[in-house]
Amino acid sequence: MSKLTVHQIISGHQENQVLNRIDLNLKEGEIGCLLGPSGCGKTTLLMCIAGLHPVQDGEIYLGDKLISSKDVQLEAEQRNIGVVFQDYALFPHMTIEKNIAFGISKLNRKERKQRINQLLELIGLAGFNKRYPHELSGGQQQRVALARALAPKPGILLLDEPFSGLDVELRESLAREVRSILKTEGITALMVTHNQNEAFAIADSVGVMKDGKLLQWDTPYNIYHQPAHPFIADFIGQGALIQGTVCDCHQVLTELGLLKASLPFGATIGDKVSVLVRPDDIRHNDDSEWKLEVTNRAFRGSHFLFTLKLPDGEKVLCMSHSHHDHPVGSKIGVELEMDHAIVFPLQQESEMSTAFATLMESN
Amino acid sequence: MTTRYNKWVVIAVTTTLLLTTPLWVLVSFLFEPGNENWLHLVDTLLPEYIINSLWLMFGVTIGSLTLGVSSAWLISQHDFFGKKILHWALLLPLAMPAYIIAYTYTGLLEFEGPVQSTLRAFFDPQTVNAWFPEVRSLQGAIVMLSLVLYPYVYLLARTAFSGNTQQIMNASRTLGAGPYRRFFVIALPMARPAVVAGVTLALMETLADFGTVQYFGVPTFTTGIYRTWTGFGDTTTTAQLALLLLAFVSILIAIELWSRKKAEYFAQGTKSASLPATKLSGHKSGLAFMVCLIPVAFGFLIPATQLLTWSIQNAETGFNSEFLTLIWNSFHLAAITAIVAASIALLLAYVQRIHNSRTTRLSKRIVTLGYAIPGTVIAVAVMIPFAWLDNTLDSWMRNTFNISTGLLLSGTLFALVFAYTFRFLSISLQTVESGLKQIKPSMDDSARTLGANRWTILLKIHLPLLNRSLLVAFLLVFVEVLKELPTTLILRPFNFNTLSVKAYEMASDERLADAGLPALLIVLTGLIPVILLSKAIGKSHV
Repeated sequence: MSKLTVHQIISGHQENQVLNRIDLNLKEGEIGCLLGPSGCGKTTLLMCIAGLHPVQDGEIYLGDKLISSKDVQLEAEQRNIGVVFQDYALFPHMTIEKNIAFGISKLNRKERKQRINQLLELIGLAGFNKRYPHELSGGQQQRVALARALAPKPGILLLDEPFSGLDVELRESLAREVRSILKTEGITALMVTHNQNEAFAIADSVGVMKDGKLLQWDTPYNIYHQPAHPFIADFIGQGALIQGTVCDCHQVLTELGLLKASLPFGATIGDKVSVLVRPDDIRHNDDSEWKLEVTNRAFRGSHFLFTLKLPDGEKVLCMSHSHHDHPVGSKIGVELEMDHAIVFPLQQESEMSTAFATLMESN
Repeated sequence: MTTRYNKWVVIAVTTTLLLTTPLWVLVSFLFEPGNENWLHLVDTLLPEYIINSLWLMFGVTIGSLTLGVSSAWLISQHDFFGKKILHWALLLPLAMPAYIIAYTYTGLLEFEGPVQSTLRAFFDPQTVNAWFPEVRSLQGAIVMLSLVLYPYVYLLARTAFSGNTQQIMNASRTLGAGPYRRFFVIALPMARPAVVAGVTLALMETLADFGTVQYFGVPTFTTGIYRTWTGFGDTTTTAQLALLLLAFVSILIAIELWSRKKAEYFAQGTKSASLPATKLSGHKSGLAFMVCLIPVAFGFLIPATQLLTWSIQNAETGFNSEFLTLIWNSFHLAAITAIVAASIALLLAYVQRIHNSRTTRLSKRIVTLGYAIPGTVIAVAVMIPFAWLDNTLDSWMRNTFNISTGLLLSGTLFALVFAYTFRFLSISLQTVESGLKQIKPSMDDSARTLGANRWTILLKIHLPLLNRSLLVAFLLVFVEVLKELPTTLILRPFNFNTLSVKAYEMASDERLADAGLPALLIVLTGLIPVILLSKAIGKSHV
C-alpha cells in the first residue's frame, strides 16, 4: 500500500503556477527524491505535503487519510509529518536533548529519555545530550535535525536540501549515512535536492521536476539510462543530442550510423528525431578506423572528456583514459558502444542549445 | 609599520579623553566625603528618589513590554487589516518626547480639559471628580513614558520575531506544537535577548527623563540633581547624586551589552526566505488592528492632534519674532552639534578602520557611553570643570593683566555643544561606522597601491561614498539636540531660549496652549528619523 499519495496537486495562482498537476506515490519504507533546478517548485511541493503551504487543487493522502485538498487543510502540527529543514532550524536556546524531546513531550520521562538516547546513538552523537546547537559542526547539526524529526516516529519524513549547507566532500558520505539511518528506522521519506549525486546516493526512486511539473518518476538507473524527457537527459549526467532519421520502428539513422532504438512517441518512418549520446556511448580506441576531430578537451583527472566533431558539424562527447592525451585539432579513433539509443521528438533550436550548454560549460 | 599609524591612534585617544573629561571629573567626586547637604539628602529625599525611580522603571518595563511585544508579534507573524500602515506607524511615538506627551495629556485630562468637561456633562460631576485619575502622578508618568518608549521594544522584538525564527516556527509546527506552545516555548524565549535589550534602552530613557517627572511633580534622581544644583549650588552633593544615578545606568548598560551579544548569537544561522504570514480574518483581524492601533493612537495621533489644535488656536499670537528667534537658536545649535558630532564620528570610525587595536576599541567604547548617561548628569559633569577653568583663568588674568575674561566656556554655547556631542556621539558613530563597513577594505588597499595616503583616501574615497551616511548621522543628532531638555536647561547661556526650553517654561507656567507651537515643531522634526528608520527597515525585509 502506498504511504504517501500526491494526486494532481496544483499550487500557486493562475499566472504563477508553482506546481502544475503533480502525481507521485511512495510505498511504505521507500525513499524518494525530487531533483530539479532551483525554482522548479520542488520545495513548494514538500511544503504542501508538510502542510506549510496551501494547495489550490488535487489531493494529498498520508496512508488513506486525506490531509490536503482544495477544501481540506490539516494543520501542520496535526499531520505527524517530520521535516528536516534546509537550515536545520534547530532551536538555538535548547540543548540537543531538549531539541529532540520537543516533539515527544507526550511520552513519559523514561520513554522520552530512552528514545533520545537511542536516536543519539543512531546518529553517532551519543553523549551530546547537554550540548547546544551552536557547539556542533554543520554535519552534526544536520544529524540532530534528522533525529529531532525522527523522534515522534512520523508517518513520513521530508528533507529539504538537507546537505546544501555542508562541505562538498561531506555531502555524499552523509547522504549514505542518512540513508542507512532511514532504513534502520524503516521510515518513508521524501527528499528534495538539486544535486544528482546526493539523489542517487540516498533514493530508491527519483523524480525530476521542471517548471512546476514532474517530468519523470523512476529508479535512479532508469532516470539516467532512459530519460523520458530531453531536459532530464540534459540535467542528469552529460550528453549531447544529435539529429537522426527514423528508419523503422526499431532503428534510427544518424551520423554515428544505424542505431537500435525504441520509439515511444508516434514517430513514423522518415521523421527527424533527436538522439541522446552519452560520453560513455562513444569509446576512444586508437586502433579504430573511424576517426573524428577533437574540437575541445577537458582534463578531469581520471579521464579526458573530448568534444568531437561529426562530419556534418554536430558535436558529441567522448570519455577516455587520462593518459590518452590528444591535442585540439587532431583526429582520434573512436568506436560506438551503444546498444540502445534514447530518442526524443526533434528539439527546437533553443532546447538544443540548453542541451549543449552543459557541454560547452564543461570545456 | 605600526609607528606610521600611531599618530592616528594618538588623535583618537586624545579626542576620547578630552570629550570624556567631564565624566572623569565626576567620577573623582567618588572619593570626596559627603557634606551635610548629602547627609541631609540621604535622610530625607534620597529614599524617595530611589523608590520613585524604581517604580518608574518597573512600570515602564511592564508598559513597554505589553505594547511592544504584542504589536511586534502581530505585525511579524500575521496579516491583517491595516498592517501595511501600522508596521511603520507603530514607530511614530519615537517622534514624541516624553515631556511633550505629558503636557498634551495634562491639557486633555485636567479639570477644565475636554475629557473631564464632557464626562461632567453626561454624569454626576461629583462622581467624575472623585473617580477621575490624576494624570500628574507617578502612574501618569509611567503611562506617558511607556507610550513613547515602547517602540524600542517593538523594533527589536519585531526583528527577532521575523528573522530566521520563521523556519524554526515551522519546524516546531511539524513537531506538533500549537500556536500557544510556539509563542511561549519557541518565539518568546528566542526573542528574549532582543526584548531585554529593547527594555533596557527604554529604561535608560526613563532614568534620563527630566521633563515628565519634573512637570508631574514626581521626585526622582534627575529632578533631585537639578534641584540640588540650581537650588543649593552644591557641586559635591550634585555630583554624588549624579554618580548614584550612573550606578543604576551602568547596571542597565551591562544588561544591554550582555543581551545584545546573546541576541546576535541567537540570530546566527542561514537566513531563510520568510514564508507567508498567517492571514487573520473577520473579528481576529479587527482585534489585531485594535491592539496595534492603540499605541499609535495614544502615543502619537491624539497628542499630535492636541498640539496641532493648540498651535492653530495660538497661531496669530504665537508666531512672532520671538518664535523665529527660538527656531534660529534651536536650529543653529542643533546644526553645529550635528556637524561636530559627525566629524568626530568620522575621525574615530576611520581610525578604528585603519588601526583596529585594543586601544582604539576601548576608546570607542568609552566615548560612546554618552548615550546612556542622562542629560542632567552630563550637564552637571560639563559644568563643573568648565566653571573651574573659567574661574581660574579669570582670576589669573585679573591678577596679572587686570582684565576680566568672564565665562569663556561655561556660560557660552561651547559648553552646550560639548555636552550634546558627548551625549549623542554614539548615534553618529554608529551611522558612520555602518556606512564605512559598506566600503570594502580592498578599495583602501587599491588606493594605497596607487599612491594615495590615508588622508587622501579619507577625503577622496570615503567622504564622497559616505555622504549618505553622514547626512543621516547629521539628521539624527540634529533631531536629538532639538528634543533635548535638561542639558539645555542647565547649560544654556543667560537668556538663551530654545524650542524645548520654551515649551517647558510655558508648560511650567500653566500656559499649556502656548507650549503647543514649539512642541509641534519639535515633534515634526522628530518625524525625520522615524521616516529614515522605517525606510531602512523596509529595505532590509518585508
